[in-house]
Amino acid sequence: MNTMKRIDRSAKVRVGFHEAKWDEPIIYELSKPGERGILAPKAEKQVVQAVGDGVSVLPAALRRREAVNLPEISQNRVLRHYMRLSQETLGADVNIEIGQGTCTMKYSPKINEQLARGLFDLHPLQDPSTVQGIMEIFYQTDKYMQEISGMSRFTFQPGGGSQGLFTMASIVRAYMDSRGETRDEFITTIYSHPSDAAAPALKGYKIIYLQPNPENGLPDFEAFKAACTSRTAGFIQANPEDTGLFNGQIARFVDYAHQMGALCCYDQANGNAVLGVARAKEAGFDMCHFNLHKTFSTPHGCGGPACGATGVREGLEEFLPAPLIDFDGEKYVFNYAFENKEFGVHKVRSYYGVAPVVFKTYCWIRSMGPNGLYQVTKTAVLNNNYLFRKMLEIPGISAYYMDGKNQRVEQCRYTMEKIFQDTGVSTGDVQRRMMDFGMHYWTSHHPYFLPEPITLEPTESPSREDIDEYVNTLRYVFQECYDNPEYVKSAPHRSTTHQVDESVMDDPEKWATTWKVYLRKYK
Amino acid sequence: MEQKMLGLIVNPVAGLGGSVGLKGSDGLAVEALRRGAVPQAENRAAKALEELLPLRDRITVCTGPGAMGENAARAMGFSCQVMEGAVSPVTTARDTRALARWLQALGADLILFAGGDGTARDICSAAREGSVFLGIPAGVKIHSPVYACSPSAAGRLAALYLEEKVSQVREEEVLDIDEEEYRREVISTRLYGYLPIPREKRLTQNRKCGTPPSEAACIASLAAKAADLMEPDVYYLIGAGTTTRAIMTELGLPNTLIGVDLVYNRKLVQNDVYGQQIISLIGDKPVKLMVTVTGGQGFLFGRGNQQLTADVLRRVGRENLLIFATKEKLFQLRGRPLLVDTGDTALDEALSGYYPVICSYQETVICRVCAI
Repeated sequence: MNTMKRIDRSAKVRVGFHEAKWDEPIIYELSKPGERGILAPKAEKQVVQAVGDGVSVLPAALRRREAVNLPEISQNRVLRHYMRLSQETLGADVNIEIGQGTCTMKYSPKINEQLARGLFDLHPLQDPSTVQGIMEIFYQTDKYMQEISGMSRFTFQPGGGSQGLFTMASIVRAYMDSRGETRDEFITTIYSHPSDAAAPALKGYKIIYLQPNPENGLPDFEAFKAACTSRTAGFIQANPEDTGLFNGQIARFVDYAHQMGALCCYDQANGNAVLGVARAKEAGFDMCHFNLHKTFSTPHGCGGPACGATGVREGLEEFLPAPLIDFDGEKYVFNYAFENKEFGVHKVRSYYGVAPVVFKTYCWIRSMGPNGLYQVTKTAVLNNNYLFRKMLEIPGISAYYMDGKNQRVEQCRYTMEKIFQDTGVSTGDVQRRMMDFGMHYWTSHHPYFLPEPITLEPTESPSREDIDEYVNTLRYVFQECYDNPEYVKSAPHRSTTHQVDESVMDDPEKWATTWKVYLRKYK
Repeated sequence: MEQKMLGLIVNPVAGLGGSVGLKGSDGLAVEALRRGAVPQAENRAAKALEELLPLRDRITVCTGPGAMGENAARAMGFSCQVMEGAVSPVTTARDTRALARWLQALGADLILFAGGDGTARDICSAAREGSVFLGIPAGVKIHSPVYACSPSAAGRLAALYLEEKVSQVREEEVLDIDEEEYRREVISTRLYGYLPIPREKRLTQNRKCGTPPSEAACIASLAAKAADLMEPDVYYLIGAGTTTRAIMTELGLPNTLIGVDLVYNRKLVQNDVYGQQIISLIGDKPVKLMVTVTGGQGFLFGRGNQQLTADVLRRVGRENLLIFATKEKLFQLRGRPLLVDTGDTALDEALSGYYPVICSYQETVICRVCAI
């Protein structure tokens, strides 16, 4: 019997990669007057008799005065157009997704996608008696979230992570209003996601940021005490933060905030470091949220369907948006009890949540089981610490906050400051160069707090060979920074779009944010 | 692109001191040459001009005679307009300033200058409103973010600006360290002024990141906050810097960029006040102080605002201190504390502690302040 030779993938750097480039115009430029995708049959006589042309019966105010501006294009050209565009992306299913730190780009089992297709025929306005199955899944997923976090009740209404944060800020506002409190400040940290500040700001709060201690990367308790006063309504923090550092003193912060009368919100958008390890309840938090499209694999869709499942501790349920889904002993029912309360969040979005996302979460949790969830975290942390060691072996790569007591958890923010000083090649240049190998690479939110940052998060999905390939590719590029800096600076060379002239990016006068603006400014 | 006029100033003695261990060349050019230093500034200017070769036919380089720019520009084949008069091989600050004034009078679209912090100071003292500058790094000390990252980056940015691909400008700090102190291993930067340079974050020293328009918006919003915080019948001292200048702009008042101004009931009491004069002007009325972080190393007091003497700061009191800075500026310190160096140890200690630093209308960052 022939034995196939095993290829050692660990040393591979895909120098021959080239992304598709179709030179495809945008769809409006493909439009040809009169071209059609569908020729609708003429209406039957009886139909015409009943509704006329189908439009005149609508009130005049609802009718368009002019035909809607849509591209006119045949079916096969539409298909070709979007297939081409789909090949010009760098999606999670074709690359080793280690480079998008903080995004928790794990593998999402395709069977869950397949199963979720069964939901496409449902409508949220159907009579509850006809959708008992999906209502049960919402109810059960709520129970699982309660178990995972220690909170008392969850809503799935928020349609994304930032909306989950907004829901928490809204709960704090409603709670404070219900008690006649006029507190006007919210505390967060510099490393927490920008939406942690944006959400309470949207609710009218002033934002106070804590900075990390330069030694250990965590906010000082003394700084927190200076920030937290009788004006503080809420404290919101991600833990671990984007640096991958976990604040083991968090319960102390929460306790102090409670003494000052504030509520505490736990940003668990990325919960991959804590499944089965640490819960919001034990740290004393009043509420938390999970991005189901991150930790719970539904998957992360770059603006696609998502859910920021938001849970509260006992005593705060009445502030959750309506409806919740209850079980009355016989059947599942919509609970609108909190919809019209004087103080409450009432609603952050229509209906009760994106059903396919909640369904895929349910499937994923059921397939993993409690021990499986714990294994997810253990594997993600192990993968990250393997990656961490490999990264620090690369000359010129280091990490801040190396005080020897602070292990990285599920991700890490590195810095290539030395390489930049030696070669003039910046982290943004490396980001573009990594596309030449079909790989993502993320720097950090702006403005950069650490110089020339790199944020990587492997999750539990990649194998050791995958991690080795990613690190070897990075090592190859960092060596290029010394050998051929101009080539890295002018990357990408093998991507769909070669380097864009960024010089106009800083000038709003040059921006064209829509097709119409583009036509006005440049045509 | 229409015909453009590019100003070029080369400080031929810039950078001489470094290679022969003098830590700067201010006042020491002759000694450096004696020690065998080889002038580099002309080569650096030529590196920048190399990037402008594609535009050669559309640019007139206006410059100084010989080593002050003419040699470099002619060697690259640029058409030149040269200031009349001869200069000695060892040029002085006076030559740099004279050339800067001549180029501004000509109406140069952009003035490139090759030198170090000392050169930037000279240019700054001769700068008039409306002129745009950019530094080609060639000196021993480069602390001022008015310099591009490298000579070729200076050339590339100059090309982008002349082609109008980059049209906005930003004012950057002109910093210098005291060379006498530096030679004694003491680094002590001071703010000397500001120069407008083309706004492009990748090619300049100042890699504050974030989009520059958003930083400008932050400064405007914290200025609006400052104006809203002002209470009636309270004196407000407005410190040095572009951040605090925005407060004066918001109030519609004239401002001293590297000095302290006094405001009362939203009206100007006096520009450029100092020390004892401040104390007598405010009398026994309540007073608050609005300051920003200056000097590149996170100084609150003691660099660039020496007008705020220990007596003034004691009179104001720490509870009446309002600090303003954009996140971009604070983040450069990466959590390191803001520094005070008033020359009065007890006062420095008294001013230490945690402060909320206002970074936009509704945002503050908690910062630790400590004595140097």
